[in-house]
Amino acid sequence: MLGRKIARHGIAILATALIGGLLSATLVRLAPGFDADEAQLDPHLSSESIQALRQSRQEQHNIFHFYFQSLQRALKGDLGRSLSLGQPVSELLRQRVPLTLRLVALGFFLSWAAVLALALSTAWLRVAAYDGLATVMSGTLLCIPAAVLALLSVLWNVPGALAIGLIIFPRDYRYARNLLSKAHAQPHVLAARARGLSELRILFWHVVPVVAPQLLAVAGVSVSLAVGAAIPVEALCGFAGVGQLAWQAALARDLPLLVNITVLVTLVTLLANSGADVLGSALRGEHA
Amino acid sequence: MKIWRTIACVVLLLMVGVSLSANWLAPDGYAKQYREAAGAPPSRQHWLGTDEIGRDRFARVLYGTRISLLLAPAAALISTLMAAFVGGLAGYLGGAWARAAMAVTDLFLSLPWLFLLITVRALMPLNVSPLVSVLVTFLLLGLLGWTGAARVLCATASSLRNSDFVRQARASGVRGPRLFWIHVLPNLKPVLYAQFWISIPAFILSEANLGILGLGVAEPLPSWGSLLKELEGLVSVGEEPWKFVPLVLLVVVVTSFQLVLSNSDEVAA
Amino acid sequence: MSHRKTVIAMFATCKKAIPAGVFCLGLLIGSATGQGELRFCLRAEPKTFDPLKVEDDASVAIRYLTGGVLVRLNRQTQALEPELAQSWKVSKDGKQISFKLRSGISFSDGTPFSAEDVAYTVQQLMDPSLHSATGDAFRTGPGKVETKVISPTQISITFPAPVAGLDRQFDQVAIMSSHSPKKEMAVLGPFMVADYKPGATLELKRNPNYWKMDEQGHKLPYLDGIHLDIQANRDVEMLRFKRNEIDLINSLDSEYFDKLSESSANVAHDAGPSLDSEQMWFNEVQKAPIPAYKKNWFRSANFRRAISEAVNRADMAKIVFRGHAQPAIGPVSPANKFWFNAKLKPQPYSPDTALKMLQADGFRMENGTLKDKDGNAVVFSIITNSGNKYRERMATMMQEDLQKIGIHVNVVTLDFPSLIERMTQSFDYEAILLGLTNVGLDPNDQMNVWLSSSDNHQWNPSEKTPETAWETEIDKLMRAQASSADAKKRKESFDRVQEIAVDQMPFIYLVNKNALSAVAADVHGASPVILSPQTYWNAERLSVK
Repeated sequence: MLGRKIARHGIAILATALIGGLLSATLVRLAPGFDADEAQLDPHLSSESIQALRQSRQEQHNIFHFYFQSLQRALKGDLGRSLSLGQPVSELLRQRVPLTLRLVALGFFLSWAAVLALALSTAWLRVAAYDGLATVMSGTLLCIPAAVLALLSVLWNVPGALAIGLIIFPRDYRYARNLLSKAHAQPHVLAARARGLSELRILFWHVVPVVAPQLLAVAGVSVSLAVGAAIPVEALCGFAGVGQLAWQAALARDLPLLVNITVLVTLVTLLANSGADVLGSALRGEHA
Repeated sequence: MKIWRTIACVVLLLMVGVSLSANWLAPDGYAKQYREAAGAPPSRQHWLGTDEIGRDRFARVLYGTRISLLLAPAAALISTLMAAFVGGLAGYLGGAWARAAMAVTDLFLSLPWLFLLITVRALMPLNVSPLVSVLVTFLLLGLLGWTGAARVLCATASSLRNSDFVRQARASGVRGPRLFWIHVLPNLKPVLYAQFWISIPAFILSEANLGILGLGVAEPLPSWGSLLKELEGLVSVGEEPWKFVPLVLLVVVVTSFQLVLSNSDEVAA
Repeated sequence: MSHRKTVIAMFATCKKAIPAGVFCLGLLIGSATGQGELRFCLRAEPKTFDPLKVEDDASVAIRYLTGGVLVRLNRQTQALEPELAQSWKVSKDGKQISFKLRSGISFSDGTPFSAEDVAYTVQQLMDPSLHSATGDAFRTGPGKVETKVISPTQISITFPAPVAGLDRQFDQVAIMSSHSPKKEMAVLGPFMVADYKPGATLELKRNPNYWKMDEQGHKLPYLDGIHLDIQANRDVEMLRFKRNEIDLINSLDSEYFDKLSESSANVAHDAGPSLDSEQMWFNEVQKAPIPAYKKNWFRSANFRRAISEAVNRADMAKIVFRGHAQPAIGPVSPANKFWFNAKLKPQPYSPDTALKMLQADGFRMENGTLKDKDGNAVVFSIITNSGNKYRERMATMMQEDLQKIGIHVNVVTLDFPSLIERMTQSFDYEAILLGLTNVGLDPNDQMNVWLSSSDNHQWNPSEKTPETAWETEIDKLMRAQASSADAKKRKESFDRVQEIAVDQMPFIYLVNKNALSAVAADVHGASPVILSPQTYWNAERLSVK
């Protein structure tokens, strides 16, 4: 039963990721600048060389043919070759994925440690001034451009993961704070308080379990936000991760690289959100 | 709390009033270049100094308030409503509907929308007016920015679907859209308010970043986002603290929105 | 027996000792090694280590530091100097060049260097399927390139058509080994690639087989190695320089120049006007998808001259570049002393004159808006690449300048691929503001910009026949200077090209930026110049203490 459920989820995830790859390839192919290469502006290049540059992407013009061939190659372990960097995509990803994973994971955990600490303490203390201060702090962080946070991490020599954590923290905190605040107003909490239960007990026995599925959903979404935050952080702090690679690939319209990165990001997003869904269902006592 | 709500409302109204009065407060406008005073610090003539090509920063903050204060909340409203529709409905219906909707949402979260935005820019005429450009930008942001909240709303609506009061309502004969609109949707407000509140500064900042694609506010029109981009010159900004004024204003506006919304939330609960 | 064993043992010991002794002797005689590691940033990932395929700036930098060339253009004196070639001779018709090579030189992996390697490199370079910018610079006519190895140290190379500045072109040709299994990683330059972490760092270490010595007989380079970080963001690069994490910034932003000068004397260098220029041009392509009335404006030389006269270049140089730029006069920077036409006058700034010129063409002012003779309001867009804050500011300043004569300009910044597509394929643009960087000294480097049939003839590429009389004249003059070996005749031809360019204004030249750089006080031997690479052009003689 469980095995069938996992298999069903796995197939759905894989299918969605592959659709994501195709859609991403289509977006890149249709966007202007696909055939454009900065190199063709070199005044030393002859007409033939410029034409050759323009023709170099000919095989990618038919997106379905390109994608189908890419999938066939991928089954043999060949993810294609990056047009902008001239290196095998598998090699590029192998070198960079661990760094990005570490950055994103650490940023995620730092953010959620702060989110839970602040949101739970706000819910427990229920002091307006404390809540106001937390609101101002999270609001301030929300208003600072991600690039500035990344640059500050360089300026103050703090880990880039902290910048990622600070980027995603205010969103997650706001959701968590609102959910906990809403749950506090539920009738069963009022009843528990009337019966003389302590605020701490109410919080952990009657409030958190109620909002846990939603908090998990927020956590699932913040994984993909963390991956997105990795792009400016890596680009500015000079980390050779997938985020930096994605940005370079986007600017160069590097189709093989972009498609693979999208599939990877889609997989990560789906796994995180599916995991949150499954756990959330389990906490609600539902059977998916 | 009521006093804070009042103060927040007054602050927001003041911002709107000030932005509408920009023509009187800064009669020379936001585009005039005082080239002999380029990059100047604050003075009697230029209260917040001038930017790199000599434009009065105070005037640009005032005029920029119109764009950002009006359009960012509008875009935030669009993304919130879309999130409520997709996520809330999916969670309420549950089952295959929820799974399909969330798969689409996850796809939306993962795709490189940068290329869609580049394509939109390519389809727009080069001589489009700055106002049309910024309207299109915020519309796009609203249409693309709903995915994160949709997931959370789906989870929240799923929890509510089998809650006691919804069961009671169903037992009383309330069904379908009425059940959703009257009993489920109001209880999604905490997430909806959070989404709205988060989206305002996010869209203001995103609008500035979209300038690299030719979208967003075109020169010489200012926006808070484009003014906040000055902070990226970190090496010099420490010595020019007046460049933080747009950030302070944005924080004040965002906090004011939150205070207004927080109180509504408590009333609903 | 035991005595024999002792002798053998002693001989074995001596055999081991001899190399060590020679090594020590070598140290005593001529080594100034161990003089530190130089650190700076590359602004992008190098796309290739193959010196023949190099196109991007980062790969050019690696080629410069690792590649051995036959002749080297001294970036300071701008004179050509012998390198791997002791001497050379260019034939009168400009088609043949003969080199006499140095002997006893090896690649970094020990493979011996000879004329065969030069022949191999040239044949690879001139392979039509390579499509290399370096190779295309030699491709002045159809036909095969002939290489003749006369001896291990003598070679002659014959091209099918004359190549102007033939010897100078070899400054860009890094010689590859025809035998080494390491292919392009076996080098003849002062440094070699030791380690490469894509996206992060590149380590170069001293080439142990580098042939050059200094005047005191010390082996070059002085440095142990060069550490390169890949860092695209200039703010972060500046931050790292201030924190002493890097030793030089090769191309410094003007807004950082003054700040650096204030904090430390002799760290920021302004070598004066560079060869680089910033310019704008209008779309003159017949088939461009823009309204016909706008095409009429843009194709009018009078219109272009009027726009040029309405733009305040001095303000741009003063404000955008903080005084570290000069108003441009024509296609060649005054820093190019030989080729610059000194008779050209500075571009005037006079909005009133500009308006009069337009009025002579039938334009008129109506309620602050300029309209053409058919009543169309003069509105056009200038596109430039996003992320270049100097160009964005220049475009905004032009917007205000032209507003004074009733012209409304929309400034649009686009990502570079979108801009290139509009510029080279769809021709869906009205005006573009871009710049020329890493410009060479010889006008032949710009051949494909001036020839009307060329793809890089930016305002109207790939013309089947020249559409104007002045383009016909420019074609004739450029071909004449390309096929002549007489420097004086070439100069006359190119002077005339400059006069036509300034008169007809296909490009509205705006400013020539100064060559700004930063070098830490710890770096010895640095002497920043205007030619690229500005700061490490003499990397083999730099040291860090």
